[in-house]
This record gives sequence, structure tokens and C-alpha cells, in this order.
Amino acid sequence: MAKVIEGLYYAESHEYVRVDGEYGYVGITDYAQNQLGNVVYVDMPEVDDDVAAGEVFGAVESVKAASDLISPVSGTVVEINEALEDEPELVNQDAFENWIMKVKLSDPAEVENLMDAAAYEAICK
Amino acid sequence: MDKRTCLYDKHIGLGAKMVSFGGFEMPIQYTDITDEHLAVRKACGVFDVSHMGEVLVTGAEAERFVQHIFTNDVTTIQPGQILYGMMLHETGGTIDDLLVYKEAADRYFLVINAANIDKDYAWISSEAEKYDVKAENQSEYYGQVAVQGPDTERIVESVLGLACKELTFYTFKKIEVGGEVIIISRTGYTGEDGFEIYGSHAYIQQAWDKLLASGEVKPCGLGCRDTLRFEVGLPLYGDELTDDLSPLEAGLGMFCKLDKAEFVGKEAVARQKAEGLTRKIVGIELEGKAIPRHGYEVVVGDEVVGHVTTGYNSIMTGKSVCMALVDIAYAKLDTPVQVRIHRKLHNGIVTKKRFYQKSYKK
Repeated sequence: MAKVIEGLYYAESHEYVRVDGEYGYVGITDYAQNQLGNVVYVDMPEVDDDVAAGEVFGAVESVKAASDLISPVSGTVVEINEALEDEPELVNQDAFENWIMKVKLSDPAEVENLMDAAAYEAICK
Repeated sequence: MDKRTCLYDKHIGLGAKMVSFGGFEMPIQYTDITDEHLAVRKACGVFDVSHMGEVLVTGAEAERFVQHIFTNDVTTIQPGQILYGMMLHETGGTIDDLLVYKEAADRYFLVINAANIDKDYAWISSEAEKYDVKAENQSEYYGQVAVQGPDTERIVESVLGLACKELTFYTFKKIEVGGEVIIISRTGYTGEDGFEIYGSHAYIQQAWDKLLASGEVKPCGLGCRDTLRFEVGLPLYGDELTDDLSPLEAGLGMFCKLDKAEFVGKEAVARQKAEGLTRKIVGIELEGKAIPRHGYEVVVGDEVVGHVTTGYNSIMTGKSVCMALVDIAYAKLDTPVQVRIHRKLHNGIVTKKRFYQKSYKK
């Protein structure tokens, strides 16, 4: 059973965003990491890149396949999780702890277009 | 609608993730590609390769016929030996790559790729009309398992009771088991020692069960079959060999015997050799861990000079490596190239295609 955490916002494409003031931490959900299998590479954006809600910002890769990462929010990348460069498997160990990018949100109200934990849990069934 | 092999129910029972491959519904992995890959490199794994095709060629002119359709020279081997080679179009493009088992000068057993069975058999049959031979598609009869890895010899002897120690690399024998004749050969597609076993569906199902019940053999899917063959630089038809790509371009010229009197495609290959190639399959090693995948562009300066045919993060070396078809000007070892992965260009260098050493038992 995939873990879902209260208080986060979820996209249908299985990314989450944890909002902290004017910032959002974006990663893939526990369900997504489980579907993907062992993550061997995370293609991350660069600091200062602009990202837009609904657009590709990177990829998570298993041995066999690359899956696009779609940003649930718009804004500017202020930090990436550099630990994933050497240890991409951290995403499998705890997908919610190991976010991929930290974004300065250009439109904090955007998250209202995303799902809450209960709604997301329902689509993972 | 994809076909199913005689081991389909076993795969489902094991919870395998199934995919469509070569017209068959096949297991890509049971647990994890990396674990399955390591099992084959370090111990023993078994693959369902029942999707592979088999064609039996018999008749007074069997040898002359096989020489006609096959790039390698079967007059150089004895009964019980096997040769790898290709069947070519007149253009030099590759119809398929295959193993030819010589049972006798009038009896050859051809093992072909699943995706090409219909195409190959149609071509073989039409070429066979000019010869005193019979070509029989036995693909529906045979199931096949590949048992691969350093522990395989001991396990095949003890668990399956098949005496295989004396078989050397690329030789085979037939063994009578329970009223049927099975074929076992010291061959494989992983770069490790191992055997491939052909038999009736019932025999192969039983062999599969025994191997798994031993607790010493890991079921392995097509996912790691691809990472294993790739790591030791073996080609996959569809990636490094196609209807449009010659063995010479794939770096497999050693399997085309141009000193043979004739074979289909010989003139085209000889011409390529004389005039020089315009493109070639090379290895590329990248800086960093980004993974080059089939179809990605190989770039030098502003110019696209080729495309990736297969690429992975090598499980044994941890390096991101690929095979790629590039313009001949960039095919020399140590040529700096870049590969476009997602939005970025990644630096790399042309290398040999073998990213990990084979450990065959010769």
C-alpha cells in the first residue's frame, strides 16, 4: 500500500508539492517510486531555471525507462536535492523525504488546482 | 494479439511484469532488473526464451543451401558445432542474425529471432525452392530456456541431470529424456558461461520448475537479458542490426566470410568493404550518470552525427555507456562526442563496444 501524506498537494502525474511559505518542495510520490522500481538516475533542473505548472522539469529513470517529471507548480528553482546525484535510490527509500527541487512559487494559489491527500489516495487504488 | 510461450502461466504465477516483445507476451522482470542481472553475473539465472524461432533444414543440398543463405562458413565446422552469423538482403542489410547448429551435412538447425520468424521463414522458404532441401518451421514445437551464469554447469548437471560438462563453447548435443530428444548447447546471450536447452513444451515446463525448485536459480526477464548482452557488446536485432544495416556497419564483419563462393548479400558487403563504410556502430562512454537511450542524438559541434542504438547505466561498472550508429568520420576510438539526453548535451568519448569482459568457458 503506497504511503500518502496529509498536508501535501498532489498531481495526477504523481508528483507532490510540500508548501513552506513562499517555497514548494517538489518530488515524486511513494506510489510513483513503487511503480517505477529502482531509481538509477534523476535528471534534475538547474538552480535559477524557471518551471511552469504542467511542464516537464526533469526525469526519473529506472534501468529500463525514463519517466518525465512534470512540475505541479510554477516558479523559479532555488535549490535541487544534490544528494540524489550520487544516491538516486534515496527516492525509493523515502520519496516524500527526498524531494527533487525547491521552487520559489510565482503563484502560490496554483496549488488549489492540485489534489489533497484523500483525493490522491483514491486515484492510487 | 501477442502469443504466449509455454511458460506464460509460470511467469504470471511469479508475479512477473509482462511486456510485448517480438510478438510475444514476455516477462521483462520478476523482481528487479539489477538483481536479476547480478544473479547471472555471479551465480545462475534462467530465462524463458521460448519465443525464439527454430527452422530445421534437411536434404541432400542442405549444406549448399545454408551456405547460400548464411554469411558464415558451415563447411568449416563439424557436426555438433554451432556458428553465429547473419542472413542478408542483396543490399547487404540484415534480415536476421542467427545460430546455425550443424547436425550433419544434410541436417541444420537454425535459431532465429522471435520478431523475425515470419519474415525469415518466408524468405528461407522462397530461397529453398531452388534447392533439394526441406525447410521446416519448428518454432511452435520447441520451448527453450537459457540457463546462464558461472554456476550453470554444476546446476544443469545436478538439477536437470543433463551431462553437459564435456560440451565446449558453441557445441551442442542431443539427449534422449523421457521418450523425447532435447537439444542442449553451450551458448547464450549474456557474456557468461551457460547453456540453452530446447525441448517440447512439457519438457521445458518441467525443467523450469526443477530449476526454480532448486533454490539456486533466479528467474530472469528480458530486461536483464538486454542489459547483460549490451554490457558485453552483443548486438540486438532491431537495434544494432536491421534490414537497413549491414554486419560490417555493426562491426560484425568477422562473421561474413567473403572467401565463400557465394551467399546472398556477399557482393554488397564486399563492395562496402572495398569502398569503405559511411557509418558504423561504436561504443560511447559518457561523463556523469545520465542515461543515453535508443534514438537519442549523438552530436559533434552543432551537427547530429548519429543516434544511440542501445544505452544504459552499466550495472557492473556504474558508467553511462551506449552503442550508437555514427558517421564514419566520428567512429575512431577516443573521438569526443556528445549525446543529447532530455534537454542537455552530455560529453562522451568513443570507445570499444565491450563495456564489461565476457567470461565464457571455452
